[in-house]
Order: sequence, then structure tokens, then C-alpha cells
Amino acid sequence: MAESKVRKKPVGKMLLMGVISVALYALLLLKQDVINGYIGQGGMYAFLPIITAFLFSFVHGTFTGDFWTVMGIEAAKKKKEVK
Amino acid sequence: MHDIVNAAANFINLDTANIIYLFLVGFVGGLVSGFIGSGGAFVLTPAMMSMGVPGLVAVASNMCHKFPKALIGALKRAKYGQVDVKLGIVLGISAEAGVLYGAHIQESIKKSFGEAGSNLYVSTAFVVILAIVGGFVLLDAWKTYKSGTTNEEEKVTKLAKWVQSVNIPGTMVYFKSLNARISVLFTIPLGFATGMLAATIAVGGFVGVPSMIYVLGAPSLMASATELVIAFVMGLGGSFKYAMHGLVDIRLAMIILAGSLFGIQLGAMGTTYVKAFTIKMVMGVIMVIVLFSRALMVPVYMSQLGLISEIAADTTKMLKSVSYGIMIFALATGAFIVLKAMWQGRREQRLATQEALGHVK
Repeated sequence: MAESKVRKKPVGKMLLMGVISVALYALLLLKQDVINGYIGQGGMYAFLPIITAFLFSFVHGTFTGDFWTVMGIEAAKKKKEVK
Repeated sequence: MHDIVNAAANFINLDTANIIYLFLVGFVGGLVSGFIGSGGAFVLTPAMMSMGVPGLVAVASNMCHKFPKALIGALKRAKYGQVDVKLGIVLGISAEAGVLYGAHIQESIKKSFGEAGSNLYVSTAFVVILAIVGGFVLLDAWKTYKSGTTNEEEKVTKLAKWVQSVNIPGTMVYFKSLNARISVLFTIPLGFATGMLAATIAVGGFVGVPSMIYVLGAPSLMASATELVIAFVMGLGGSFKYAMHGLVDIRLAMIILAGSLFGIQLGAMGTTYVKAFTIKMVMGVIMVIVLFSRALMVPVYMSQLGLISEIAADTTKMLKSVSYGIMIFALATGAFIVLKAMWQGRREQRLATQEALGHVK
């Protein structure tokens, strides 16, 4: 069927980001004692959790966005702009 | 002050059951946040505390998952043209001041009246604010539903019209969500109240979103999306403050984030399928249900302070469990309405597409 709305799903990108995301989580949980040791000291180490949060949100956020797209769940086609 | 030994005492051992539980609550909280701009924190913080996480670490870790989640949600909803970044940042800055002042009040109350005094203050704030604001939002959503005007554009309230009509030279700023110039002076108390509420009950959006709708005149969809910008600004500042004292448990924050990023994407997409009053409905329903949860705890704290006669330990335990159960119910109900509305919206769109294709053939 040559329907017009055949759009490529970002399967490759989703898998790549998924693998990186899993790797980040594995690292966080496997090295939790070391990481908590630093973060627990506070002071200038305060940047650590903030940077971690930004990194995870970028990688995992991209993955979850692509995940729903691959699953076929997307925003409504109309209603682009809210008045 | 907070050396590694202290840190170890702050950070609990995580087992698989706890990880799965936090992931799931994170998902549902994210779903609701993506839709109404906030939510989830009122369940997440007590959930962590029930695992043995100290109160401050629970608050700090919740905040550290909130700002990256809000960032992703805001970016997603910006794609749909729903975010007013300028209004979000302006309100976010005064909200940050509100957070600091709210935390200061909390500390003074704790110092003077102890843990029970602080809990009583938080619960009373919950009950009073949610009763007034939540009741108003729910009533408004209900009236719109009953009047059959759900498809019409939202009406700007009289108060918002007045706010938009006041001209204070040197303070006027144009906001796209309002499609009007208003004095930034009006945003300061609103942002401040949002921040104070965030510091007190962890969900500033319960004041932030309704105030943008009813006081400033923003449409519900834009108000709830802009709240995500406020949450990002507040969450980032708050997280850094707590992280300076070594109170963030990054494992808890990131596990919740893992679930909530799935949820927030879905909730944000959900807003493109629904009518504006659904946002108010979800928000009002959650607020009113949570109100009962907190109201149940008021007598417990009052008895701990000796304001009323002592309540038996068994009764206290039972009230605590019921209160927590009601909070989970509130979040689940909100998530159910979001998913149902999204499901219906998708179905309608599919049918419309099929019909259009049928006409073409």
C-alpha cells in the first residue's frame, strides 16, 4: 500500500539511545558507593548530581521520546498551535 | 559537615522491589506532570520516606528528578506551541524566592513546634489551599462540561481582564500566552506563592497553573505547559541548594526519572488530543482527592502536639495507611483520566482519517 503517511520510525536511534541509557543506569547502580561518596560530601560536588541529571535526561529523554514514536503513539495531527 | 560516613547514613540500600516501585510511581507521576504541569511529588516524597529515606533526602531527591523531567516535558510541549518561555522564566524567578522563603518558614516552625508542628502546618496548608483552589478549578471544569461548551475557546476571567487592563509604566511586558501586555508586578506574588507552596507541599503547580489561568488569563493548555518551565527553574535552583549539603540521593532521583520520562512524553502528547477543560478536570480531581488524604492526618498531628486528646497508636497507623492510599488513588485517578482522554482522542482521529480516506476513494 503506497499510503502517503509512511514515515520512517527512528528504530536505530531508539536502540542506540536505549543502550547508552541502560549503560548509564548500570554504571550508576554498580558504582553507587563511589558516586554517593562524592555526592554526599556536598559543597562543590553539588555540580555532580546536576550534571548527571542533565546527562540522563538528554539520553533517556531522547530514548523515551523515540520509544513512543516507534510504538506508534504520537501527538495529534491537528491542533498544532494553541489559541 | 556531611562526610562520607554521614552520606552513607543518608543513603539507603536499594532493593529490586523499591526500584520497580519508584519507577512505576515515577511513570504515573510523569504522565500526570506532562499533562497538567505538576503532580507526582506528593506521592513520591512519602513513598521514599516509607522506604526509610530521611525526609530531607526524599525532598532533595524528588527535586533532582523534577527539573530534568520538567525540562523534557517543556521541550516536548514547546513543539506543540504550548509553552510561554518568557512567562515561565519570569514566574520561575519569583517562585525561586518563594521556595527559599517557604523553606525558611518550615525551618522556623520545626524549631519552635517540632516535627509534628511542621507536619500540621504542611497538612493544614494542603487542606486549605486545595479546598479553595482545587474546589474552584473542579467547579469551573464541571460547569464547562455541563454547559456543553467544551469545544469553545476558554473565556478570560473578569479578574484576568482587569489585570490585563492595568497599565503601570516601566513594568509592562508582552506575554504570548496571554496575547497581552501585563505588568510584571502581578507575576511576582503569583510566582512567590507557587514557590512557597512548592517548598511546603512539593507541588507548586497547584497554585501556579490556576493563577496563570484565572488571574493572568492564559489558556489551560499553555498554563500547564508553562508550569513545566517554572518547575524546571525552581527544581534546578532547589536541587543545587540541597546538593550543596550532600542531600541528593542521585540513585533515587534517576530511577524515578527513568519512569517519569516515559510518562511525561506520553502526558505531553496527551494534551494534543484533549479539550482544554480536561486539564482543569484532571487537576481539580487530583487536588480534591489529595485534600482528603491530608485532612485525615490533621487530627494525628494535633494529638501529637497535645491540642486534642491522644489518638491510639493503632488508629494513627490506620489513618496514615488510608491517607497514603488516598494519595496513590488521586494520582492513579488523574492518570486514568489522562489515558482515557488520550485513547478517545486517538480513536476519534483514526475514525476521521478513515472517513477522509473513504471520501477520497
